[in-house]
Amino acid sequence: MLISEFLLLGAVLFCIGVYGVIVRKNAVLVLMSIELILNSVNINLLAFSLKYNDISGQTFALYIIAVAAAEVGVGLALVLLIYRNKRNISLDELSEMKG
Amino acid sequence: MIAVENINVGQQVGFGIIALMMIVGAIRVVTNKNVVHAALWLVVVLAGAAAQYLLLAAEFVAVTQVLVYIGAVMVLFLFGTMLTRSKVGNDENLDNRNGAFIGIPVALLLLGTLTYGLLKTYKAERLPLKNTPFNIQQLSDSIFSQYLLPFWALSFVLLAAVIGAIVLARRD
Repeated sequence: MLISEFLLLGAVLFCIGVYGVIVRKNAVLVLMSIELILNSVNINLLAFSLKYNDISGQTFALYIIAVAAAEVGVGLALVLLIYRNKRNISLDELSEMKG
Repeated sequence: MIAVENINVGQQVGFGIIALMMIVGAIRVVTNKNVVHAALWLVVVLAGAAAQYLLLAAEFVAVTQVLVYIGAVMVLFLFGTMLTRSKVGNDENLDNRNGAFIGIPVALLLLGTLTYGLLKTYKAERLPLKNTPFNIQQLSDSIFSQYLLPFWALSFVLLAAVIGAIVLARRD
């Protein structure tokens, strides 16, 4: 296996995730796109872990999974709060800070 | 790529199929008009990622991926969809108006830059097939000795996330 195959797969997933973050308006779907980005990072870390025969990559992949779980928990709690206050989770309607 | 000697054909074919599945699934996640369907396509991507981790000889990370992502995070997403009363069936109001005009150029530019950089740096470097794979004991040694401080920090992050989620979501 070439290392660049895995790295390119990670790059493609990263770009799809960035596209999702830009295009989506629904807050839950934006969180899903962020999950795509985090997974592409994990693929990169594990590819380098195998390439350089260093276990730090696997360690940090596990840490990223834990951080992602925490992020989704807090993110969905925030989305729920926004829904309760505004009856809507469209991100472009959260314009109170515009002045 | 074809000129490379002693290639592992099974691994290569498996990689290709799973990668194609993941990319199709990811595109469906960001273009689907139905929130629940997008969540289910995300399961395809996450399961494919777990399979890629197995190809990268990281079996513990793959199992954790299945447990945490497909087990826990997806249930959270489905609960989030349910509690925010997203429309059942197709919803035309999920995307920003004219978002694709910004999103597609940005994504393609990013992809072009990353591809150029990666191919230039790692032209034909191969993953070693002969290394003895790491076992879980080495992984836990790494977590609990060399990277103990990030582990503690992560514990605090998780604690703060749990408390924060309860504080934010409780109704009073």
